[in-house]
Amino acid sequence: MTSSTAVLALAVFGASAVEMVEALTIVTAAGVTRGWRSALEGAGAAALVLAALVVAIGIPLARLVPIDFLRVVIGALLLVLGLDWLRKAVLRASGHKPLHDEDAIYTKTVADLSSHSGDAPGTASGANPSASARRPDRQTGSPWRHGPRDATGFTVAFKGVFLEGMEVVLIVITLGASSGHLALAACSAAVAAIIVSIIGYLVARQLSEVPENWMKLAVGVMLTSFGVFWVGEGAGVHWPGSDLMILGLIALFALTAGLLSVAMRAIGPSRPSVAGNGESA
Amino acid sequence: MTSVVRALRAIGKFWGDFLIGDAPELFVGTVVFVGAALGLRHRGDVAVFVLPLVVIVFLSGSVLRGRARS
Repeated sequence: MTSSTAVLALAVFGASAVEMVEALTIVTAAGVTRGWRSALEGAGAAALVLAALVVAIGIPLARLVPIDFLRVVIGALLLVLGLDWLRKAVLRASGHKPLHDEDAIYTKTVADLSSHSGDAPGTASGANPSASARRPDRQTGSPWRHGPRDATGFTVAFKGVFLEGMEVVLIVITLGASSGHLALAACSAAVAAIIVSIIGYLVARQLSEVPENWMKLAVGVMLTSFGVFWVGEGAGVHWPGSDLMILGLIALFALTAGLLSVAMRAIGPSRPSVAGNGESA
Repeated sequence: MTSVVRALRAIGKFWGDFLIGDAPELFVGTVVFVGAALGLRHRGDVAVFVLPLVVIVFLSGSVLRGRARS
């Protein structure tokens, strides 16, 4: 495995892990309030649809589209995505944008779902339930396997996993198709999703302690570096050191992001910071 | 509204959010970057320095804009 292939696998793994932490929050909230059976079925269905998208789009893309054209288009997409992740991570690291608060998202989702508890088969119990309450109860069998199905729980879990997973699908397809390692990229994403799910189950919570912003910053650096590299390659630029140039670009953009974070923190806010400033998460 | 129109709108909204979102300057920067890469494809010695610089300039500008909006 070359260094660029290892970085590719790492970038996909990191992106998938970050997005799956966010999806896990929503699935956990749906499971606690509406029942685990429907929440897990919704999450599983979304994962299947996402996997089908990778196969349906990624394989024809890699086989039918000329590689140089593919690299320019895909590199540009990676660049847009990577720069957006980097921008938000720098703004969060320097205190100019509120950190992504999984606890707040969890509490809000539970509150929203609990408001429909009149028809809920789950265990709607309001915000911040104990760890034991969050874990599916396999001894009683309810609502883990034999609980009634709930359309709201299924839909919320499906949407949560599908929407968070769409960026992962784009990253898998773009990085995988342009490098000829679609299977490796897909496997990296799947392994990350499985590991996050297992950890989430074992600790029975929504993983709010994960250093999500630093992970996003690292993945943003890698996506931006791959974007710059692939657009250059596709356009016909000969990078010095060939694939090793990716490592140089990663170092350069990591340094840039670090310096920008420090500089933004030193400059301070332009106005008193208010949460919910209209920027998306 | 038919389901086809709704689906097309949803796809359009997804790509609009993905490509432009709340930082249209990064989309502009990417277009400039691709143009620069194509323009400098026979000047590899220059492209190696100019292309990363384009990215750094647009990223810095976007972060400053984000700070101003915070």
